[in-house]
Amino acid sequence: MNFCRGIPGLTGLFLFSLLLGGCANRPRADLIICNGAEPQTLDPALVSGQLEGRLCSALLEGLLRRDARGKAVPGTAEKWTTSPDGKTYTFTLRPNLRWSNGDPLTSSDYQWSWIRALHPGTASPYSEILYFIRGAEAYHLGKSPADSVGIKTPDERTLEVHLNHPTPFFPALTAFTTYLPVHRATVEKFKDGWTRPENWVGNGPYRLLDWEINDRVSLKKNPLYHTPNRVQIERIDALAVNRASTAFNLYSSDQADVLLDKGMIPSLILPELRGRSDFHPGPLLATYFYRFNVTRPPFNDVRVRRAFALAIDKEVITDKITRGNEPVAQSLTPRGVPEYLPPEGLQPDPETARGLLKSAGFPDGHGFPRVSLLYNKSELNEQVAVEIQAQWKRVLGVEIELRNQEWATYLRSLDTLDFDIARSSWVGDYDDPNTFLDCFVTNRGNNRTGWSNPEYDSLLSKARSEPNPARRLQLLQKAETLLVTDALPIIPIYHFVGCLMFDPNKWGGLYPNLLDEHPFSEITKRTP
Amino acid sequence: MTTFIIRRLLSSIPVGAAVVVICFTLVRIAPGSPFSSERALDPATKHMLEAKYRLTGSIPTQLFCYLSQIAKGDLGESLKYRGRSVVEIIGQSLPRSILLGSISFLISLGLGIPLGAWSAARNQDRAGSILNGLAILSLSIPTFILAPTTVLLFSFYFHLFPPAGWGEPNQLVLPAFALALPFVGVCARLVRSGLLETLGSDFIRTGRSKGLSEPKLVLLHALRPAILPLVSYAGPLAAGILTGSLLIEETFAIPGVGQFFVSGVINRDVFLVSGVVLVYCAFLLFFNLVADWLTALLDPRIRLHS
Repeated sequence: MNFCRGIPGLTGLFLFSLLLGGCANRPRADLIICNGAEPQTLDPALVSGQLEGRLCSALLEGLLRRDARGKAVPGTAEKWTTSPDGKTYTFTLRPNLRWSNGDPLTSSDYQWSWIRALHPGTASPYSEILYFIRGAEAYHLGKSPADSVGIKTPDERTLEVHLNHPTPFFPALTAFTTYLPVHRATVEKFKDGWTRPENWVGNGPYRLLDWEINDRVSLKKNPLYHTPNRVQIERIDALAVNRASTAFNLYSSDQADVLLDKGMIPSLILPELRGRSDFHPGPLLATYFYRFNVTRPPFNDVRVRRAFALAIDKEVITDKITRGNEPVAQSLTPRGVPEYLPPEGLQPDPETARGLLKSAGFPDGHGFPRVSLLYNKSELNEQVAVEIQAQWKRVLGVEIELRNQEWATYLRSLDTLDFDIARSSWVGDYDDPNTFLDCFVTNRGNNRTGWSNPEYDSLLSKARSEPNPARRLQLLQKAETLLVTDALPIIPIYHFVGCLMFDPNKWGGLYPNLLDEHPFSEITKRTP
Repeated sequence: MTTFIIRRLLSSIPVGAAVVVICFTLVRIAPGSPFSSERALDPATKHMLEAKYRLTGSIPTQLFCYLSQIAKGDLGESLKYRGRSVVEIIGQSLPRSILLGSISFLISLGLGIPLGAWSAARNQDRAGSILNGLAILSLSIPTFILAPTTVLLFSFYFHLFPPAGWGEPNQLVLPAFALALPFVGVCARLVRSGLLETLGSDFIRTGRSKGLSEPKLVLLHALRPAILPLVSYAGPLAAGILTGSLLIEETFAIPGVGQFFVSGVINRDVFLVSGVVLVYCAFLLFFNLVADWLTALLDPRIRLHS
């Protein structure tokens, strides 16, 4: 057939059209990182996610910054002092600090940026992290003026911060994204558009070169950074990749050099990666847990909550489901927080669990009401829920219905306490137990259990005003014991682990750490 | 012809408005807030955000605000990607989807039509059955299997093309073929069945009796009426394929507009969802218009003004 000979011709035409495709050839960046999904914003006052935080820390620098091991080290502040009562910190900035457009960076920039993050009109999702500063909460709630916030600038290089309570982790907190400075003139001129590459002015080790939606954020070394010699990599591309398998394919084909997140590695192949020299796992400051709705039966009875907690064998979950060497969680705060020893929590005890359920009026689960276990749609959440459902059935004889909701509906159910038991997780913002325990203070937005315990609230309040760091941690430990051993509005299941993937023969300055901090400016290229 | 186009364009305005109204209402009545996250937002901030984006009050009130905004040519701002306008997001990502989609569309038609014609012409012998089987196979393999399989074969086994990414022409090859292949099968089947029906017509028999060669008969006489069903199908196909595919874009890291259809709904990003649906609707209306015009061109019995 003559016309059939046209097929190769047609195919050739399409291949030609492929070549004509308007793809812009760009030189390969010195370092390509798979950073996760598309950043929602690069405005530090509006950032609430880790992937955006990483980019912000490369583009802006706080008084302190995190090093490659997650330790807080001096950033733009060369030194700081604490008042005897531990409530006033005085930071001294390095001399001759410059924004990327050449403007001088002064203590007023920090003052203005923090006040901006607190301003109700900014609608910062993380404004609460500034509440340690005196008057910050009242200003955010519109109850007092900006000048009542305890941030003073005696001179261009000095920033004086007055806190509500002694807060030993406050200097480290200034490395957090919400505390990063922004360039006032740029923000005022371009409003929401100040984060566009053409408008960007920052003070971090990198400048914003380009930001293509859903594709990549390109960074270039900032020559006006205070110590440019510290930064080795000239150009970095942070790719926006949603799918773990895609990120891993990019890494495996050398189109990406570093995978920064466990979410970028397909969970099915995790066991096979163990032992490979480019696979770097490490513990994280994050916990997977279940919460009870304690406002209605049957979980308003602590004996029932305790029975459910004692009936779970968490090792089965980490051995058979998560399979990433996750530590079993007996406490909400993971181990590894400096100077803090989390409580021992509860060990599985089926006998006691059955006894407690019997004493609550449900011998062998008889007469137990139909309750549901809520989780957001994900394969892992489902597998964990199915396993725990089976364990409760086996140990306690109770039937639990699984309730699967998509993300926004699930969050609404949590907010309105429309659940019996719900899956949750929490990632610590700073390495102190307060970042976990503060969630469960009465009426906190993140409480989401309806649980209220005056003793717990009082312990956290005492810890806040305790000037002695050791005694403060003891009070926090006591509060956490109450949370995970006695009252049990939650059941900790396991602590997350982080995984990095990079070739250690090619790249340095990357270390797994509790806070999962991997500053781009610390990454170095090894010479072969 | 001009009257026909003007009439169709005018009728598309209420269609577009209806699509926006339905889309906006469905996203707003769905449970959950665009401002929710695992870390609870304090109620004052949430209220502030709702007021900023004019999402307070009843849904009809919100809808009225949104429609008056659209009437001024403003599709609003994304609620998730703060500071980004919907026009900017679509403006950056749609051309990429169009580029990929155009290539896939050409592959679909360019391979589908000859494949269907060949399999119809060889209907009686084994070659025809094999080609028909191949067409059925290509449309039966779901994209979520096809896309990773092409990556496995052509990137990691034969090392011919990169597995994902955007920016180099060779990065387009695998996603374009993975996106096109199911449609190649559909096109081939449509052409085959159309041709088989046409090849049995009287005018073909007449042509054959006059001594026309088989290829000439198929290409010059039978193919034209036989591809009419394909033309009707190609309109919606073009609209769908040019506005991206979530699975293909995610698997091959293509920064197109397709993923916003799903992520927008998950995030309850009502302005972004309404914006991308409106764009899809415009494409659909346009390509249906083109398909109608082509149908009239191919079939003299059809008159556009009627």
